Amino acid sequence: MQAPDLPATRRGLMVATVDSIAMPGAGPGAGLGAARSQGAASPAPGAPPGAHGLAAVAFRVNGQAHSLDLDTRVTLLDALREHLQLTGSKKGCDHGQCGACTVMVDGRRIYSCLTLAIMHQGAEISTIEGLGQPGNLHPMQAAFVRHDGYQCGYCTSGQICAAVAALDEIRAGVPSHVTQDLTAAPRVTAEEIRERMSGNICRCGAYSNIVDAIVEVAGAPA
Amino acid sequence: MKPFTYERARTPVEAAAAARAPGARFIAGGTNLLDLMKLQIEAPAHLIDVNGLGLDRIEPTTTGGLRIGALVRNTDLAADARVRRDYGVLSRALLAGATAQLRNKATTAGNLLQRTRCPYFYDTNMACNKRQPGAGCSAIGGVTRQLAVIGTSDACIATHPSDMAVAMRVLDAVVETVRADGTTRGIPMGEFHRLPGATPHIETALEPGEFITAVAVPAPIGGRHFYRKVRDRASYAFALISVAAVLQPNGTGRVALGGMAHKPWRVEGAEAELPRGAKAAMGAILSGARPTPDNAFKVTLAERALAAVLAEAKG
Repeated sequence: MQAPDLPATRRGLMVATVDSIAMPGAGPGAGLGAARSQGAASPAPGAPPGAHGLAAVAFRVNGQAHSLDLDTRVTLLDALREHLQLTGSKKGCDHGQCGACTVMVDGRRIYSCLTLAIMHQGAEISTIEGLGQPGNLHPMQAAFVRHDGYQCGYCTSGQICAAVAALDEIRAGVPSHVTQDLTAAPRVTAEEIRERMSGNICRCGAYSNIVDAIVEVAGAPA
Repeated sequence: MKPFTYERARTPVEAAAAARAPGARFIAGGTNLLDLMKLQIEAPAHLIDVNGLGLDRIEPTTTGGLRIGALVRNTDLAADARVRRDYGVLSRALLAGATAQLRNKATTAGNLLQRTRCPYFYDTNMACNKRQPGAGCSAIGGVTRQLAVIGTSDACIATHPSDMAVAMRVLDAVVETVRADGTTRGIPMGEFHRLPGATPHIETALEPGEFITAVAVPAPIGGRHFYRKVRDRASYAFALISVAAVLQPNGTGRVALGGMAHKPWRVEGAEAELPRGAKAAMGAILSGARPTPDNAFKVTLAERALAAVLAEAKG
């Protein structure tokens, strides 16, 4: 069956719905702070950051500079999703237990749900949107497609960001729980990859295909 | 999360002074604190971000050991070549804990200060003397499989969840701090975490506002280093029990246990029993244990884990 060519996306529909039920005068991005370009009130000049529960922060995401005035409570994940509309990073558990929110900050993978956006002044952040795009996939994205490393896809962006970082960590010589010799360089093995990916849960259970995809990108035998 | 104000500290003394305000808390990696804030188990009025203080280096001490800055991330500590070579138990313990994403954020000091994962502490519908002093303890008489078997009190049977702290204990590490008046002190790991007693909400020897600047480990003691962790799944789970051990070729050594008590559990006086085997040593280490029917298995498991470590050390 051919999918109907609808002009609306699921995301666009949800934003529109939220707008229609929001309080008068509160547009998208209001409530818990807003992008400065949307005209939110800045903290008083000279006030320390966060003195009034609102703080300014500037960081780069996928190479693009952003300045935001945010409620101090906004997590990096919510800043990405709700304020910068980068919805590739997913909110699964919101407690650092599932890995769907994995992004890179200053070259390291972290759970973006367990850190405050205002703690990342000057940071260089990379999300799944920065890794590759349709038609120009990152090799890890292409390998996940080739190996069917997902079913529903919700955990996939976090899996791919974590996988790219895991291979970087092995290359940098960071040991893991299953590294036999602590004083030797860790090797790329399926066992190492399973351990290093344990912070990303896939409720569909695509794990064996995920490991195959990562092993292929690493160029190592499974 | 409850609303809070926020500042970035510029010096450790400034951070300690700011932390004397009611409801103020330090935040470093934030991986435990923010989790608890989302559940409103923690509700600080003010957060002092200490990430900019530059305490992120591992430096040699004048006595041949290492001074590990409070903000050294768990990943960097585990991967440090000196730690891997001379303090293998510390690398192993760190790598047995959490996930890469968490270890990239979590700090040395924050790891020591993380709160218990007792399910009754996390469930705000349950009475917990840690969350609300005097409220009672729903864990006692509840489901206690994961909980403490020794050093418990009538007020609390929670465990300390850290793997790293168990290794720090076996290495005789010292926690270095600064207070708001600029005075400094070193707290031996054995005195850093407290037993619950009647005040389980007071978990460490730190005074209000006292700020950890570093954790120092003494000069390497050689031997073979082990961290054996037993958990319900192969990765990313807290310990049911863990054994940190540094064993010498002559059969002597040191042992500390995780998952057993409100603090890393080590009984120096019992270590003379190590050459006589796991049963004798663990009997002395766990003398006075008061397990529940649910968690009595931990006593057996700890003895068998130590036996496996002793066998591996000989092999």
